[in-house]
Amino acid sequence: MTIHMEYYLVVSAIMFFAGIYGFFVRRNTLAILISIELILNATDINFAVFNRFLFPDGLEGHMFALFSIAISAAETAVAIAIMINIYRNIRSIQVKNLNEMKW
Amino acid sequence: MGLSLETIIFYILAVAISVFSVLTVVTTRIVRSATYLLFVLIATAGIYFMLGYTFLGSVQIMVYAGGIVVLYVFSILLTSGEGDKAEKLKRGKFLAGLGAAVAGGVIILFITLTHQFKPTAQIEPVEVSIKSIGHALLGGEKYGYVLPFEAVSILLLACIIGGLLIARKR
Repeated sequence: MTIHMEYYLVVSAIMFFAGIYGFFVRRNTLAILISIELILNATDINFAVFNRFLFPDGLEGHMFALFSIAISAAETAVAIAIMINIYRNIRSIQVKNLNEMKW
Repeated sequence: MGLSLETIIFYILAVAISVFSVLTVVTTRIVRSATYLLFVLIATAGIYFMLGYTFLGSVQIMVYAGGIVVLYVFSILLTSGEGDKAEKLKRGKFLAGLGAAVAGGVIILFITLTHQFKPTAQIEPVEVSIKSIGHALLGGEKYGYVLPFEAVSILLLACIIGGLLIARKR
């Protein structure tokens, strides 16, 4: 009994669309960011799986996942800095209160 | 034919990822959401370990589970009060979001399961040696990644400066 490639892809698809659902439905900016993390993580799994199963001699998907992790860490840090700044200015991070971009 | 240990571990990881990623987006308390996200990230690292990408899995644990989730928890505790709960959406918007996610998921699952991928030989998850990763990461020739490596370092520098500028007290 072997584990086929499709099994991994199904797992990552479930994770991806859980992230999409959260992105549409949640109304807290930090919850939206968490959903974005789920989406990015699902794509990283796909890169690693395609590399392992279709091109086992190369390292392209592995490297792409590595760089993607670095970039999403940077993105999260800046986004959380923005959220903290927004909270300082309007005392809330709910999307419904964010109706003007000027402070 | 019995289940091998690898298959059992894969099913445990798959169930953990599916359940916790759904719980991450449906739970109403945001701290719980961050905790479930931590479980999802650790299970993802387990998937990388199963594929033989040990370095990628350890980077995942160090950067995501060790760094990003801590950042999330700090900022959640800074910005939300004691009994904060997710507010109710209007029913129409909720159904639209749910419908979009489910429809997309069904389409992607259909394509994934019907598409014939190139039949691969029996894959042995050999571990990628750290030496070849290092040579690929800093190699300047073909299949070398020194240019994206330097670009990421500049990105991180810009990110540090940007974070400081945005979050400092005025």
